[in-house]
Amino acid sequence: MTEELLERPALATGTLFRFATAGSVDDGKSTLVGRLLHDSKAILADQLESVARTSAQRGFGGEGGLDLALLTDGLRAEREQGITIDVAYRYFATGRRTFILADCPGHVQYTRNTVTGASTADAVVVLVDARKGVLEQTRRHLSVIALLRVPHVVVAVNKIDLVGYAEEAFARIEADVRRVAADLGLTDAVSIPVSALDGDNVVERSERTPWYGGPTLLELLESLPGTDDEDDAVASFRFPVQLVLRPQGALAPGLDPDAFRDYRAYAGQVVAGTVRVGDAVSVLAPGHPPRTTTVAGIDAAGTELREASSPQSVALRLAGEFDVARGDLIAAADGAPAASADLPASVCWLAQQPLRAGSKVLVKHGTATVRARVEAIEGRLDLEALQAGPAEELGLNDIGHVALRLSAPLPLEPYAVQRRTGAFLLIDPQDGTTLAAGMITSGGAR
Amino acid sequence: MTLTHSYDAPAPAPERLGVLDTLEAESIHIIREVVAEFERPAMLFSGGKDSVVMLHLAAKAFWPGRVPYPVLHVDTGHNFPEVLAFRDRTVERLGLRLVVGSVQEYIDRGELKERADGTRNPLQTAPLLDTIAGHRFDAVFGGGRRDEDKARAKERILSLRDEFGQWDPRNQRPELWNLYNGRHAAGQHVRAFPISNWTELDIWRYIARERIELPSIYYAHPREVFRRDGMWRAVGEFSRPGPEDEVSVRTVRYRTVGDMSCTGAVLSEAATVEDVVLEVAASTLTERGATRADDRISEAAMEDRKKDGYF
Repeated sequence: MTEELLERPALATGTLFRFATAGSVDDGKSTLVGRLLHDSKAILADQLESVARTSAQRGFGGEGGLDLALLTDGLRAEREQGITIDVAYRYFATGRRTFILADCPGHVQYTRNTVTGASTADAVVVLVDARKGVLEQTRRHLSVIALLRVPHVVVAVNKIDLVGYAEEAFARIEADVRRVAADLGLTDAVSIPVSALDGDNVVERSERTPWYGGPTLLELLESLPGTDDEDDAVASFRFPVQLVLRPQGALAPGLDPDAFRDYRAYAGQVVAGTVRVGDAVSVLAPGHPPRTTTVAGIDAAGTELREASSPQSVALRLAGEFDVARGDLIAAADGAPAASADLPASVCWLAQQPLRAGSKVLVKHGTATVRARVEAIEGRLDLEALQAGPAEELGLNDIGHVALRLSAPLPLEPYAVQRRTGAFLLIDPQDGTTLAAGMITSGGAR
Repeated sequence: MTLTHSYDAPAPAPERLGVLDTLEAESIHIIREVVAEFERPAMLFSGGKDSVVMLHLAAKAFWPGRVPYPVLHVDTGHNFPEVLAFRDRTVERLGLRLVVGSVQEYIDRGELKERADGTRNPLQTAPLLDTIAGHRFDAVFGGGRRDEDKARAKERILSLRDEFGQWDPRNQRPELWNLYNGRHAAGQHVRAFPISNWTELDIWRYIARERIELPSIYYAHPREVFRRDGMWRAVGEFSRPGPEDEVSVRTVRYRTVGDMSCTGAVLSEAATVEDVVLEVAASTLTERGATRADDRISEAAMEDRKKDGYF
């Protein structure tokens, strides 16, 4: 009994893989997600009963028909209107991997939702209706994915049953995808013919597409390299300081006060690379010249580590008396980013009111938040032509290039080099809303 | 446009960190961000397994310091005595301050009315919001997980609540990368959910790995029970069988721990944490579906409670 259970996928120790789905209106995305969850056995009996009950009430697919889209609708308004409003997170595991799925709706605010889902994703699955092919919204989704530098793109050519499982229909769309992807610099876009409704090539290979020799959607998701495999081996160490740990007077019960009298460490998450005890590091504080020291110790809740890698949360002790605070960046001394008050960036504008030159904003970068002014709107991306054109302002869902001037210089490096340290938020200083997703386009001058 | 890897190849070489390590690192990062950016945080702590794991992560986040904020419990007055004893022991062990909001006091003062179905879970919202306002807490950590419920699946990690404590699911801030925006106006507060991305099985595997103590009712034990609404209900002061109910002694455990009046037990022989991990992995029912009367009221029961300011 026990041995048999240990073979179950859920108990195998895999790794975490995050992916997002994006699709146009009515291309069957909810059904695809429902199919993926259902066929990978992530749906339990009581959830399935609830779906069967509602499907029957609505007369879906005759007796015993399951509207798998119901599995993913979370809010009352979504079920009532039959649409998806907000990003929903789903969890399932196979023998190889544990997946976190950010299901991004294509209806309302689709750029905002796709940007949100793509920002943390290792891969994005874009849905295309086999009858309609690559649409403007497909191109927009692919542009956002390219801009956010998601490592892998999978295009699920859905409703392949409705084009009679025709190879030519798939080949035409695959060629279109390839062309758009090449224009955008996406080097790893794979197309798969699927029917979410019937399950063809989602988890199980379909006998109705004998001309297709590639992987099913789940096989592909199980085998794509994770972010950690790809970037981190070569990435330079980066550690934004979250907090200073100085427990004098407020030591956890049971610890010896004498042993921790002079304890001082910097708490944070390794966002890139690896750090080892004895490594030379630079401390980069906004508005101050960099200082160099060495790592005296790495603590993980009472365990001393010899090294720590992304994405571990640890506390670093540094050699010598140092004034380090939240908002500072600790980086490998060799290859630390240069600081600059001029921030050139691409932004996805997510607010109703437009962004114009002269606007005052807050920039949240790592653990630092500084005031900033928009110096210039340098262009807006035409997502249809996939080119930047001139613009006076950026409106809701626009993607554009801007020049920002910061109130204090920050260590800046391009998003193209480091997703985690090249990203920032623009925040409204008045009401605190998140205005934009920002990506640094070039680093600070030395 | 060629595949840069083969899908027939074995799974990628193990990354440096496994699933539990990655989830732990993410949760500790979130807990530290909230403590750094807010003036008066507090952490909900009921003694239930999710809040126990969350508090364990907090203790790790601030080691060797103690957890730098109070814990908050809304006591329905119908809690399991074993769980309240565990709560008090844990708070004592970690040297924390416990703030309790009491549903019973609201009922005694006539500000809340007992419900016809006897459950007090939905009654927790008013004492929760008043306690938050009274202590001027500006961030409240909750142990909600997105895999628990359809409405929770749409919840942000940092979720803004208006001056009435309400959640507006259609107007949530986009949450990008791991940059959390906690800015809020006076009177508003933020709910922070550091274990959003954990599943029930992750929680149990972590409890096993870290040897975390839980209230004894999570493990199989003999108990006097009766059947109601398709669930095994404990015989106790707040959960009395009717004349038609058949009472028997069964070996049961609890998968979730809430109000005695609405939480059901499951028949189980899982007496150790390893047994429970195996049982959860093999379960064909969700934890709320199996054990919670309060979520059976309607498809949108959790969404409605959350909009009003529930956990």
